[in-house]
Amino acid sequence: MPSFVITEKCDGCKGQDKTACMYICPNDLMYLDMDKMKAYNRDPSMCWECQCCVKICPQQAMDVRGYADFIPLGASCVPLRGSEDIMWTVKFRDGSVKRFKFPIRTTEEGTADPLAGYATHDDLNNEALATEPESLGIDVPTV
Amino acid sequence: MANFETVEVKTDLLILGGGFSACGVATEAAYWAKKNGLKVTLVDKAALDRSGAVAMGLSAINQYVGLRDGDNTCEDYVRYVRQDLMGISREDLVYNIARHVDSTVHLFEKWGLKIWTDENGKYVHEGRWQLMINGESYKILIAEAAKNAIADAGGEIYERVFIVEPLMDGNKCVGAVGFSTREEKFYVFKAKATVATMGGAVHVFRPRSVGEGFGRSWYPPFNTGSSAYFTIKAGAEMTCQEVRFIPVRFKDAYGPVGAWFLLFKSRAISAEGGEYMAVRKDELQNWAPYGLAKPIPANLRNYLGMLDIDAGLGPLYMETDEAINKIAEEFKDDPKAFKKKMKELEAEAWEDFLDMTISQAHLWAALNVKPEEKHSEIAACEPYFIGSHSGASGAWVSGPEDLDTPYKWGYANMTTVDGLFAAGDASGASSHKFSSGSHAEGRITGKAAIKYIVEKGAEPNVDAAKVDELKTKILNPIDRYPQFNKETTDPAINPNYLLWRQFMDRLQKIMDEYAGGVTAAFKTSKANLERAMELFVYLKEDSEKLAAENIYSLERCWENMHRMWQAEAHVRTMLFREETRWPGYYFRSDTPKMDEENWHCFANCRFDPASGEWEMMKKDVWNIPGV
Repeated sequence: MPSFVITEKCDGCKGQDKTACMYICPNDLMYLDMDKMKAYNRDPSMCWECQCCVKICPQQAMDVRGYADFIPLGASCVPLRGSEDIMWTVKFRDGSVKRFKFPIRTTEEGTADPLAGYATHDDLNNEALATEPESLGIDVPTV
Repeated sequence: MANFETVEVKTDLLILGGGFSACGVATEAAYWAKKNGLKVTLVDKAALDRSGAVAMGLSAINQYVGLRDGDNTCEDYVRYVRQDLMGISREDLVYNIARHVDSTVHLFEKWGLKIWTDENGKYVHEGRWQLMINGESYKILIAEAAKNAIADAGGEIYERVFIVEPLMDGNKCVGAVGFSTREEKFYVFKAKATVATMGGAVHVFRPRSVGEGFGRSWYPPFNTGSSAYFTIKAGAEMTCQEVRFIPVRFKDAYGPVGAWFLLFKSRAISAEGGEYMAVRKDELQNWAPYGLAKPIPANLRNYLGMLDIDAGLGPLYMETDEAINKIAEEFKDDPKAFKKKMKELEAEAWEDFLDMTISQAHLWAALNVKPEEKHSEIAACEPYFIGSHSGASGAWVSGPEDLDTPYKWGYANMTTVDGLFAAGDASGASSHKFSSGSHAEGRITGKAAIKYIVEKGAEPNVDAAKVDELKTKILNPIDRYPQFNKETTDPAINPNYLLWRQFMDRLQKIMDEYAGGVTAAFKTSKANLERAMELFVYLKEDSEKLAAENIYSLERCWENMHRMWQAEAHVRTMLFREETRWPGYYFRSDTPKMDEENWHCFANCRFDPASGEWEMMKKDVWNIPGV
């Protein structure tokens, strides 16, 4: 069923300015039921299982139940995404568990400088892009 | 008519899409726009942080040339792409991307992408061109730089606006129209130049999983053919519309096999144990010269596996256990080092899945897979349209200005339509650009589009009557639904309309069965393609009867209209090319051989918006002299 929402944990992001899962889903699948103030995946068969919604949910109210077509029940891959790392807990059908931690970025959130401190130039007619040649490390080659 | 407010936005440069190529355009264009007092506007149908093909993340950068350290040359990359695409590639475009892609990768690293380095500070390669990364937040980083660039230049970003159609002034693109997927608003963007960067197309063909697993395509289901539709409807010449891509991946969840092939040196075998790349080696002679050089083209590797499947020798397996045991053998005198190595490799193997195909990790966990004990099944996925990877479909764009080629009629990456540019999956015949190359191509395009505006940019002349006409057409499904939905007790079954999923199922059935989908074992023929064309006539007529109960359904209706046009361009071009050139992508049973004499050329097509006719044409392949 791809991503699903745990009734008890979802608060409809009422404390936030927008519903996180609905904001982030690349396929526009998450929807907030305003009467119940609970979100749901409105079309599980269009879900890519990218877990963008699971990673962003402030209440950890989301999980994925693997596609019924080919994924047997009982396993899960649960992410916990921080500002520098992501922790994964992979639970097997037989009950065994693997845990992994991977870095997600080396800089502070929001700080990506488009020109990255490289020298720039003003020539719109040159093949060199804004930060080249410095960002390339050599002069821009040609045939 | 549905009461949608019309919102008009004027800009200089309009960027359509939010993926890697769109972010590349934005990052570079913002710099030049600011210098020239121009406005940049980006429109994304999702949220920029997680939109496009890299939404989930990636575990590798697949294009890095290594110019700085003299590891390879741009010419080396051109030779690699030429070979993989069986001789058919725009070498000027491939060269142009190759010479800028390293600087894109260096920017990514500065923005905060963790690229693996060895003890000497050199990038860790997965293959000759591939770099290992920790890429869970790859898209977030690239979006962050694009957002910061646009903010710095005083531009604007519109999220959750779905672009449907180009706005035209003769053969000049003057903007685009679409609608908000959050509120009842119809958007009219007027621009001096427009860039199409809305990705490739998935779900044109029926996927292998048709129930809940329908969404588990290898390329994401939100790549819906919008680039192809937009450029075709603008009247742009298109290229390589026949060159779809079918990756071979771990079966069903479609997890990456790159790490297993490249890092673990794993073999792929049939159920009988034969390694199809060895057993069927002689078949490669039939595809000379491309079949005889290394690396063997992706489509031919696919093809040899498909021959095993056709012969009833499936399933195919990745020999993970054998690969790991070989590594164990190397460390047989040092169990401690082996344990350390295995721990490292295990983390790498799982990260490969968790960074980009979480479903595959989920599937292995659900099947209690221990790769060191048992092999895992692999299979060809369904066909996708992805000009950035090993497919090649896209618009025919003008080449770089400093190269002496027959492909120059304007600014770099401008289509044959004035003021309309394309990059990433939207631009054709420049395969193997992947994430980094798509961003680099976006940067090239961003600079060229600003140059176009500075030199030629004129106030967009938009016909108000045409805008009204488009608004009526685009909102038609949402008008049609309430007109008829109460006539039946179940609004899902109604003789007056089709809902999007019903329409999509029909499109996919035609493509799957007649145009070389999974159930046709990727085979087609003139007769099958002509049958598909006959059925398209009805499908197209019925597309005017699509109905939408809400804005979400309206979005899905138009996505599928976009897919239908991609499908038609594909069928027409497979029909035109009377040979089989990429047998592992599709096999034309009536012309089963490659015909270098007549078909060593691009097969291009153009839809004429004025007459509604399609024109098919051959274009010569230009090779970089001496390469």
